[in-house]
Amino acid sequence: MYPSRFRYESPRSINEAIALLQEGGGEAKVLAGGQSLVPLLKLRFAAPELLVDINGLPGLDHHTVDPDGTIRIGALCRHADLERWAVLPARQPTMAAAAPLVADPIVRNRGTLVGSLCHADPQGDWASVVTALGGHVVAQGANGRRSIPVTQFVTGPFQNTLGYDEIAVEAVIPAPKGQAAGGYLKLERRVGDFATAGVAVAVELSGAVVTRAGIALTGVGGSTIDAGDAAQSLAGGQLTGDSIDNAADLAARAAQPRTDHRGSAEYKRQIVRTFVVRILTGVKESTERAA
Amino acid sequence: MTQARDEIKIGGLGASRRRVEDNRFVRGKGRYVDDIVLPDMLHMEILRSPLAHARITSIDVSKAWQVPGVRLVLTGEMMASRNLAWMPTLSYDTQAVLATDKVRFQGQEVACVIADDPYIAKDACEAIVVEYEPLPVIVNPAQALAEDAPLIRDDKENQPDNVVFDWEVGDKEGTDRAFAQADVVSTLELHYPRSHPSPLECCGSIADFDRSTSKLTVYMTTQAPHIIRAAVALVAELPEHMIRIVSPDLGGGFGNKVPVYPGYVASILASILLERPVKWIEDKTGNLISTGFGRDIYLRGEMALRNDGKILGVRMQTESDHGAFFSDAQPSKFKIGLLHSAFACYDIPAAHLVNRGVYTNKAPGGVAYRCSFRVTEAMYFQERMMQAAADDLGMDQAEFRRRNFVRDHDFPHRTPFGFLTDSGQYGKCLDVGLEAIGYQGFLKQKEEAKQRGRLLGIGISTMTEPLGAGNSREYDILGIKMFDSAELRVHMTGKAILRTGAKSQGQGHETTWAQIVAHELGIPAEDITVEEGDTDTAPFGMGTYASRSTPVAGAAVSMVARKIRAKARKLAAHLLEVSEEDIEWELGRFYVRSAPGQGVTIQECAAAAYSNMPDGMEPGLENVAYYDPPNLTWPFACYIVTVEVDPQTGVWDVLRVVAVDDCGVRINPMIVEGQIMGGLTEAYAMASMQFITFDAQGNCVGSNYMDYLLPTAWETPGYELHEVVTPSPHHPIGAKGVGECATVGGPAAFVNAVMDAIRDTGVRNIDMPLLPDRVYEALTQRHDVSGAPPVRTDD
Amino acid sequence: MTGLYEEIREQPAGDVPVRRVTITVNGAKRTADVEPRLLLAHLLRQGFKLTGTHTGCDTTNCGACTVLFDGRPIKSCTMLAVQADGHEVTTVEGLAGTSELHPIQEGFKDEHGLQCGFCTPGMMLAAKALLDSNPDPSEDEVRWALSGNLCRCTGYQNIVKSVLWAAKKLQSQSTS
Repeated sequence: MYPSRFRYESPRSINEAIALLQEGGGEAKVLAGGQSLVPLLKLRFAAPELLVDINGLPGLDHHTVDPDGTIRIGALCRHADLERWAVLPARQPTMAAAAPLVADPIVRNRGTLVGSLCHADPQGDWASVVTALGGHVVAQGANGRRSIPVTQFVTGPFQNTLGYDEIAVEAVIPAPKGQAAGGYLKLERRVGDFATAGVAVAVELSGAVVTRAGIALTGVGGSTIDAGDAAQSLAGGQLTGDSIDNAADLAARAAQPRTDHRGSAEYKRQIVRTFVVRILTGVKESTERAA
Repeated sequence: MTQARDEIKIGGLGASRRRVEDNRFVRGKGRYVDDIVLPDMLHMEILRSPLAHARITSIDVSKAWQVPGVRLVLTGEMMASRNLAWMPTLSYDTQAVLATDKVRFQGQEVACVIADDPYIAKDACEAIVVEYEPLPVIVNPAQALAEDAPLIRDDKENQPDNVVFDWEVGDKEGTDRAFAQADVVSTLELHYPRSHPSPLECCGSIADFDRSTSKLTVYMTTQAPHIIRAAVALVAELPEHMIRIVSPDLGGGFGNKVPVYPGYVASILASILLERPVKWIEDKTGNLISTGFGRDIYLRGEMALRNDGKILGVRMQTESDHGAFFSDAQPSKFKIGLLHSAFACYDIPAAHLVNRGVYTNKAPGGVAYRCSFRVTEAMYFQERMMQAAADDLGMDQAEFRRRNFVRDHDFPHRTPFGFLTDSGQYGKCLDVGLEAIGYQGFLKQKEEAKQRGRLLGIGISTMTEPLGAGNSREYDILGIKMFDSAELRVHMTGKAILRTGAKSQGQGHETTWAQIVAHELGIPAEDITVEEGDTDTAPFGMGTYASRSTPVAGAAVSMVARKIRAKARKLAAHLLEVSEEDIEWELGRFYVRSAPGQGVTIQECAAAAYSNMPDGMEPGLENVAYYDPPNLTWPFACYIVTVEVDPQTGVWDVLRVVAVDDCGVRINPMIVEGQIMGGLTEAYAMASMQFITFDAQGNCVGSNYMDYLLPTAWETPGYELHEVVTPSPHHPIGAKGVGECATVGGPAAFVNAVMDAIRDTGVRNIDMPLLPDRVYEALTQRHDVSGAPPVRTDD
Repeated sequence: MTGLYEEIREQPAGDVPVRRVTITVNGAKRTADVEPRLLLAHLLRQGFKLTGTHTGCDTTNCGACTVLFDGRPIKSCTMLAVQADGHEVTTVEGLAGTSELHPIQEGFKDEHGLQCGFCTPGMMLAAKALLDSNPDPSEDEVRWALSGNLCRCTGYQNIVKSVLWAAKKLQSQSTS
């Protein structure tokens, strides 16, 4: 309940923040929403020497849509901002489905999407969503900005590929080519529980034809799982009962769950399979209704 | 105007009076232990064992002493030098305060640091170096009873194995005869998993020893302050009049705050040594892994049945897991508490129960988690067994229960294990419940749904339980009989203050006790202050747990008010200048029988008690009553739950919950209903998600709210409440206990409903919690799912 | 600073650096020197003596410490006190004036929305944020909005009723 001592800095510019991280030399942590980091500090599972609080940095709290449809989420955009973002359901239903399922309503007022990606918890919802959408993270360091596909950003349980002196300033979701559809389903025993299993499905449709698909899995492996084979199997075709079942089986196969007190490995695979079917069937049915 | 209508107006019996205590709680002005700040107060943190079973080879506290701001570091060795390393438990065993030889469960208290603030105390705890030599770990009865099992309690003489006790009750021969005559024998085997009461507020204390007066004041989270005073007097060998225990507002208790915990003892010693107030506030992990848990019992049983549905006899064999120290907080003379209250609402000629209690490397101190001790396990087994037996007979589950109920005219009724139930209308409660849920209609709906591949289920649980320990013959704590008390002081202006030996933790005593006084004396409830929890001012009582407040302290409130009324009658006679025999009482007023217009109010009598008493009468209007109940009260309840199970995921949603409670006369219906809804939620929680389990190394899984799951407003179902009233024949106002009924009777209703939904699989049992994966496993593999859920083994 | 005198206390143990923060708490500016590791909940409780904000768990689950931070409910055990510098915090003590109750407080009292009272301040502040943005919520919306706050006593049904009671009262106040 009582964190260890640390030095605390609240820089006013991104360059100042990066300089502090350099000074910290790997023993510094960036504090954004803090909804994962502060609990770790309280339990003393984390004891950094320096906390660099970026909440005072200007220009990072945005959530915007570029003219071409690209979505940009700043490092200080809170989950609740996305939950309340009126244009999101039509533009990016997978994100809209996930936003209200992250943690609990109070935590969502503080926690951030970018922070969730950085935390790289295999149980984290956003890493799956952004993976399914083919998004990337913009990192800023002393030498400027670079863009990292989220699949290369999240590399393991609680591991990302940021340099110790880099700050993830933005998550970018590319514009869909065609109609964006999909969803996010998560099995949790109660609000705020870690996922027993979660599934993010994002498809882009041109008429009834799937032009792009992404499927990613939460809580069924040591890290977020990109079920690329399952997604690939859908691309270029129409959604049918058979193609959906096939994708669901491939996704279940991609999962690497293990048995624990949330359920057996086999059960978690079954949940993945079921959720893929449910999301895609929903897409198929609404496509048919629209047609 | 009838008396009843008057009574509601003054906030008497039956009024849903809004709660007095809420005036401070809604303003954030409650005063919980952690809210209290004393001058020069220090803060204590506890270092706990990371291992479940290990020999301590060394403890190095030198670095902790070097942390600036540290005032004291306590170890078992220091406690031992003051004969305080071990303390007696409420079950006549001993428990380590701070470990000296071995640690026997994960989370056991090893050392304490007292410092200027809790952050520093925590820093210093981390600087303590303890070396352990790991020992083999025992986490269940089977391991504990194995021939080569390591001995957990090698500190005790005459303890050759890990058996705490063997105990049996009932009529073995009679039961054997019943089984010999049976047409059908039903069997069932269950595990009731370990659970934790987990009040939102953790345990804590502020010990304040004042050298100048030699007085020790302890503010602490206790449901039983007077027993704590007695225990402190015995353990710390302080004179009892120099000990003051204050239990301020409690953020829930549910049984968790009955025992004496090492943190309390250590904070007291620290304050005595430092002569400064020492505050200890437990963190959630400490609360969940080291303090009083509930349940953890293996139950096997069989039922002898006649083809027509008559139950002839019951056998139960049980094994209870008590953790590392036998510190069950229960007041009965029965080793396994009231487990043998099972089947009390059914007319069963013969029954026999055996229990073996064992030590394991788990946290000690079973508590009556929102139940009279072990009653929840009893009723769970009973109602799961009733469903299994009905299935075996091919009989409707409601009809099977009805056929075996004790009938309304058969009270008092001797239960198969020897209790005497006091009253009830069991069949009526069941009927009200079936009518409310639309039983026949649902059965039809269920069949129709099945045709479309949907799985609906209905579960029934009917139960009675013994509430209100005790009577002094069979119930005591450390020899102190289980009575309770009330002291009433009526002031000159007719206002009053009432103090009892009970201690509210959210039950609303400040509101309801005043209602009983209003009922007995006609003094408006708003004119009566209620105080509890300060042993310097309240009369000696046994505290609040096991739904005993209304049956015992509530009765004492009635009795003390009647004593006051008796004296007021004499004052009234004096004022009216007639003899006492010529006086009649109506609510709040004495009048002359022959001239009803001539009367005096209770307030006028109160004034006279201080200003105009008759010659020879002692002035004042106050009294105290100690109430030793002649029997326990036996409320009855019928809970009916309907669910839908998702066949692809095993997720089950509650459709409806109907609760019919007969807790006798309701003092404050609003508060009673609040208790029932809270109890149902804990029942739902245990059935669905709330449990504590251990891996093979004895690591507690469920040590914080990320793993120990409590339902939120979102999952928790809505409740439909109904009532039947059968007054208790022996309670002064006919009331019975109610606080725990729904927690006790509820779990079986939820589980029975899920089992009913998957009935076609032939699966007989899924042990709680009914997590979706376990339901899915039963559905698809068509076998029972037993024991606690598995925990990670590949770490 | 407000008393007639203030004792000059010895340096904090170990010469620990502190930061001066100024937070608008319940409408009034409060200034304190804090160690960076101090949690906001602890500053409110121990520093500012606003003990209506409770701490019930260590893991950001229970919500007993919920306060409004610039109008939004947050868990004050999961924010450092230094982070509140320059911001506005509303605690349960700021819900209403000293004599009158806020309709949400009235609702909790009238519908028996509390028992032990420990979760109540957090629940009420979460409810306030809900009603500020959605004055006429459905039962499900109330349950959803309060699902970050745990209650062990009530079973939630009366809490939901309390919030709906308050919504009605607030609406009638705003129309009259």
